[in-house]
Amino acid sequence: MAASVILRLQRVIRLSHGDINVVAAGVSSRSGCCWVQSSCRCFSDAADDRRTHFGFETVPEAEKAKRVYKVFENVAQKYDIMNDAMSLGIHRLWKDALLHAMHPLPGARLLDVAGGTGDIAFRFMAYIRSQQERQKHRAARPMQTSPWQDISSSYSTEDEGGPQESRAVVCDINKEMLKVGKQKADSMGISPGLLWVVGDAEELPFDDAQFDIYTIAFGIRNVTHIEQALQEAQRVLKPGGRFMCLEFSKVTNPLLARLYDAYSFQMIPVLGEVIAGDWKSYQYLVESIRKFPDQEEFKHMIEDAGFCCVRYSSFTGGVVALHSGFKL
Amino acid sequence: MWPRVGQQFLWLNQRYCSLITKVCVKQLHSSSSVFTYSCYDGLYPGHIATTPIQKALLAVGSGVAALQNPYRHDMVAVLGETTGHPALINLRDRMRNDPEGYTVLIERPKIRLSTLDLTKLASLPDGSFGREYLRFLEDNRVTPDSRVDVKFVDNEELAYVMQRYREVHDLLHTLLGMPTNMLGEVAVKWFEAAQTGLPMCVLAAMLGPVRLNASRLQTLFTSLGLWALQNGWRARCVLSIFYERRWEQSLADLREELNIEPPPLILSALNKRKI
Repeated sequence: MAASVILRLQRVIRLSHGDINVVAAGVSSRSGCCWVQSSCRCFSDAADDRRTHFGFETVPEAEKAKRVYKVFENVAQKYDIMNDAMSLGIHRLWKDALLHAMHPLPGARLLDVAGGTGDIAFRFMAYIRSQQERQKHRAARPMQTSPWQDISSSYSTEDEGGPQESRAVVCDINKEMLKVGKQKADSMGISPGLLWVVGDAEELPFDDAQFDIYTIAFGIRNVTHIEQALQEAQRVLKPGGRFMCLEFSKVTNPLLARLYDAYSFQMIPVLGEVIAGDWKSYQYLVESIRKFPDQEEFKHMIEDAGFCCVRYSSFTGGVVALHSGFKL
Repeated sequence: MWPRVGQQFLWLNQRYCSLITKVCVKQLHSSSSVFTYSCYDGLYPGHIATTPIQKALLAVGSGVAALQNPYRHDMVAVLGETTGHPALINLRDRMRNDPEGYTVLIERPKIRLSTLDLTKLASLPDGSFGREYLRFLEDNRVTPDSRVDVKFVDNEELAYVMQRYREVHDLLHTLLGMPTNMLGEVAVKWFEAAQTGLPMCVLAAMLGPVRLNASRLQTLFTSLGLWALQNGWRARCVLSIFYERRWEQSLADLREELNIEPPPLILSALNKRKI
């Protein structure tokens, strides 16, 4: 109880300063020229003094969204290859685990925010399709001993609306990422049932209570105001809808944490430079992971947004955590 | 043992990062009267601090990437930067010992389209260095602005030497009379390997011929290659020349001053074939 009170106090203090001071074990924070930055401010156009983190850098809030956009614009073409290289393919298992926990049934409507290249949406469609196949088999089993006239008459009464009922909407703020996702969908031939929408997680272009499931995989740490994104999730979900978030989190085991830090800071920017030709974007990505709240704190943030029965489970020793909550 | 190794990683990383200070440079925006501050981390714009482990990983990775796809100039550049430290020091010392090279190190000229006066170069007589350089740019359809910036060299002066080396590469093509097709590039690389000793040049010189067909290989090994190597060894340090002040000088004159023989063969730029 005391621990959760302390956590809430910390969060309140942090919110009021608009700045997160957690310094990761990996790299010491760079020394900034504070005196130059303060004189910069009187020349800058933005009226708000509020600053936030961009990796280990501190930037004005208005600038963070622009810089994040630039990062993903640069990496969009090589995003999937880099994911495979950096996680040695394990990210596919994490995403499969998300779908398994989700267990969507035919007829479900999914909103995948920061869905970019569409990994979650594709898995969702495949899962629904396999559920439908299973349902069809189950329905066909009692028919196996019937005469062929009855079987053929049942074909005409089959529900043709099944595949179109389930719909996945992929929403991302970045057009390049959506473009890559759309190309992938077209080449895999699974375009029906998928919608690609440009939108900001803090201000979704959808009406209230539209979706059964809201997912955000590896995207919420790039949002400037996480609380706002959670509020929007609360808004667009139907009552009974489920919020699911897959995100990098804190590794609890100290030895694994050291190895993970060393791998993140030594290897990943090098991979980014060699494969994608972009060191700085991948440096930002590993730094942004360190700035994101840990499992418990994020759970409290989700609860604050109004979700119930919030649970989380950690994968790969805490490298990734899946948070889930319900709107009731 | 592993925690200690991990601690060493972190210590090395922190040490490198603490050496970097954030520098802010004021730039006057040409389109508006608003001052914009561009801040860069590191010792020079574009510098990325790296630990020795990262440099080793980069060297191996960029080597593999460059072998797989020789048109990835950024990977060739990274390979050069991460492996070239001793050779760069040697080059810089040679430049310092030469009076003109010392001037280059102080004044830091840069060859960019914005700093070149193309109309003036076009008006120079044929056979002059500037006119031949312009002819080279036009025939081979290249531009001096396509050079990758230096990122991984941890010394500001050495970074300049590396940048200068990249910019002088095109001028070397003119001085040696080599086009930018594969054979011409290999010949220039042999010259540069002999001159500078940069491991990237040596590697490229050894692996470049693999991509040549039989007749070109023959040309390389019988006349062109030997000429390139010999001239590379005995020529004056090509980075020590202030090229920007020598556009009017005749090419033959400049070659003699640098102790470079004219090429044994005339290779046409039209031979350019994408391999």
